Amino acid sequence: MLQLSHFTTVLLFALFASTVFGITMRETPRRMFRYGTYCFALFVGSVIVFSWIMKFISP
Amino acid sequence: MATAPNKTAPVSKSSQQGSVYLPLIAGWLVPGAGHFLLRKWWRGGLLFASIACMFALGMAMGGKLYSGAQDILDLLGMLGDLGNGLMFFISHFMGIGAQHVRVTTADYGTKFIVVAGLLNVVAAVDAHNLRTGRKA
Repeated sequence: MLQLSHFTTVLLFALFASTVFGITMRETPRRMFRYGTYCFALFVGSVIVFSWIMKFISP
Repeated sequence: MATAPNKTAPVSKSSQQGSVYLPLIAGWLVPGAGHFLLRKWWRGGLLFASIACMFALGMAMGGKLYSGAQDILDLLGMLGDLGNGLMFFISHFMGIGAQHVRVTTADYGTKFIVVAGLLNVVAAVDAHNLRTGRKA
């Protein structure tokens, strides 16, 4: 069974989901790339931010 | 910015109506196939690679493949899995996929499989929109 770390899993999830979002939500290749990159950054950035928040609020 | 002229031959109304759902169904059965039918090669290739990799990684992580609907959460999970089209049916009939989630990574794998199915539905609808002209 494949054992990936939590962060690697997040990166893979963000990469694949952002690719599909970019292609399906925008019309030109340039805008697809920019939107995909934006989604990827939001996925990974929000994971990092919420991870730190959980670290500080956990008992 | 100048756009390339449309070089495709005009299609008759009856043949347009007959095949308007073909990219939607093909895209559902095989990820990216709807875009391939519309000659959007690189879009279809990227969609296929993303969705198939996500499904395969979910399987490799020991993800659960929902095959029955014992409760509402199982039903929703199965609906998500059904979005994978042929990949779901082949895996289901070959008995691939865990029946129970025992480790954390298997839970991630289960989510990968469900989200791959949902993304495939989004991609299939995008192919349909391209076919109907709602999207360029």
